[in-house]
Amino acid sequence: MALYSEKVMDHFQNPRNVGVIENADGIGEVGNARCGDIMKIYLKIDADVITDVKFETFGCGSAIASSSMATEMIKGKPLAEALQLTNKAVAEALDGLPPHKMHCSVLAEEAIKKAVQNYYDNNGIAYDPAEFPNCHDCEHCGM
Amino acid sequence: MNIYVDNAATTRMSDAAVAAMMPYMQSVYGNPSSLHTAGQEAAEALVTAREEMAALLGCEPREIIFTSGGSEADNQAIVSAARIGQRKGKKHIISSAFEHHAVLHTLKKLEKEGFEVTLLEVGSVGTVTAAQVAEAIREDTCLVTIMYANNEIGSVMPIAEIGAVCREKGVLFHTDAVQAAGHLAIDVKAQNIDMLSLSAHKFHGPKGVGALYVRKGILLTNLIEGGAQERGKRAGTENVPAIVGMAAAFKEACGLREQNAAYLTALRDKLIAGLSAIPHSVLNGDPENRLPGNVHFCFEGIEGESLLLLLDAKGICASSGSACTSGSLEPSHVLLAIGRPHEIAHGSLRLSLCPENTEEQVDYMLKAIPEVVAYLRGMSPVWRDMVEGRKEFIIK
Ligand SMILES: Cc1ncc(COP(=O)(O)O)c(C=O)c1O
Repeated sequence: MALYSEKVMDHFQNPRNVGVIENADGIGEVGNARCGDIMKIYLKIDADVITDVKFETFGCGSAIASSSMATEMIKGKPLAEALQLTNKAVAEALDGLPPHKMHCSVLAEEAIKKAVQNYYDNNGIAYDPAEFPNCHDCEHCGM
Repeated sequence: MNIYVDNAATTRMSDAAVAAMMPYMQSVYGNPSSLHTAGQEAAEALVTAREEMAALLGCEPREIIFTSGGSEADNQAIVSAARIGQRKGKKHIISSAFEHHAVLHTLKKLEKEGFEVTLLEVGSVGTVTAAQVAEAIREDTCLVTIMYANNEIGSVMPIAEIGAVCREKGVLFHTDAVQAAGHLAIDVKAQNIDMLSLSAHKFHGPKGVGALYVRKGILLTNLIEGGAQERGKRAGTENVPAIVGMAAAFKEACGLREQNAAYLTALRDKLIAGLSAIPHSVLNGDPENRLPGNVHFCFEGIEGESLLLLLDAKGICASSGSACTSGSLEPSHVLLAIGRPHEIAHGSLRLSLCPENTEEQVDYMLKAIPEVVAYLRGMSPVWRDMVEGRKEFIIK
C-alpha cells in the first residue's frame, strides 16, 4: 500500500523492541482503546541512561511503527536526551506519516515522557510537571 | 497467494461485461441523442440495456433511470420522495441507523430543511422488521427507505414484508439494493418496492454507473439539470459503454444467482466456523439472513487497520470498518448501531467473497488470519491487561 512510506512498513512489519520488561524502572501508557490507539513503553534505566526499552501497542500500522522507531531512537541514550525526542523527529525518521496519522507519533513522544515521569516518581526525583504530557490536554479523541 | 475478498467494496469486471462494452467505445460511439445512424445505434443499445434491466427487476423499461451509481440513485430517490411529501405537507421519513452514507447524508440534508427523520434501531443482530416500520409510520410519513442488505455486516432485511406494510399504509418505499442486486432475488412488483437503487460495480459490472427503478407515476426531482436524457429526469450524455456493461453483468449475475449463492454460502460458512474458533471473536450481522458472500468479525484486543495491512502483506485484500483506514476516529456507524462498543468496533474485519474465490483460498485465510490476530494480540497492551485479569473481556 502506498498509504505509508517503506520505513513505516518496515517498522510496522518488523517492529523493534516489542515486548515487556519485567521490573521496569519506568512505565508509561498513553491513549485509550476507545480512540483506537494505546501505547505502553517500558524503560530500564541505569545511571540516568536508558539501557533497555520495550513497547506494546494497540493501534494502527503507523502507531506500531512510531512506537518501534521511537524506542530505537532512545535506546542507550541519557534520559535528558530521550526527553528531547519530539514527535516530529519520530515522524521524520519514518520518512513522514500521513497528516491524519501524525497523532501516532505524538503518542510515542508522550509515552516515553510518561515512562520517564513514572521513573522519577518511583525514585522520588523532583521534576517540573509542566514539562510532561497530560492526556486531558489533548483533544484527539474528544474525551 | 493473491486473494481478493473485498467484493462488497467493488468487484472485478466479468468477461461478459467487458466484451459487451468494447464495441461501444470505438465502433458504436455516437451520442444517443444524435439523429444520424451512429447516434441511433447507440440509442438502440440503451433501449436494449433498459429492457434487459427492467426484465430482470420485474418492471417496465420506462421505470428505469440510469445514474452514475448507487449514491446518485439513493440521493435522487430520497430527494424526490421528500419533494412529493413536502407538497402534501408530509415531512417525516423513516430509515434505519445503519444505512449507507449515501442515504444517511441525504437525510441529514433534508433534516436541515425541516424534515423529521426517524432512524429505526437495528438491534444486536442488525436487522429491521416490518413491525418496526409499521409502528413508526405516521400520518405525515412520506417515505420509508430501508436497505435490502447491509454493506458492512451483510444482514438481509425482510424487504417484501416492509414493502407490504408501506403499500398498505400508502407510504412510498425505497430500498438501497446496491449490495443485493445480482446477489439476492429482486421482483419490484411482488416485493412492493416503489424505488430501488443499484450499482453495477457490485456485481462485476463497470464503476460509475447504476440505475434507479421508479414506479410509474412517481414524479422524480432532477439532481442534474440540462438535456432531456432519461426522460428529462437525469441530464447528461449517457455513459453508453458502462450502461451496456451493467446490463450484461446484471444478466449474468441474475442468471447464475442461485448457483453462485449456494457456492458462496458454503465458503462463507466455512470461514465463519473457522474464524469463530478464534478466542474472543464475534460474528457481526444476522447469521441466518445474510448475504451469501459476507463474513464480518470483531476480534478483541486488536485494531483493524494493522490487521488489514498484515493480511495485505500475506496477499489477502480485505476490509474493515476501522476508523483508522478512513482517517476519522469514529469507528463504523454500523458496528456502533448494533451495539458494539468503540473498543471492539476498532478491531473489525470484513471478508466479502465472489464466485472467483476458492476453497483453497478459504483454507489459506483460515490459517493466516488466526496467526495475524495472535501476533497483534501478542504486542497489544489491551490484550495483556485482559489476559492477566486487570481488565474484563468484552467479547466472552
Ligand atoms: C449499500 C450501498 N449503498 C450505496 C453505495 C454507493 O454506490 P456507488 O459506489 O455506486 O455510488 C454502496 C457502495 O459503496 C453501498 O454498499
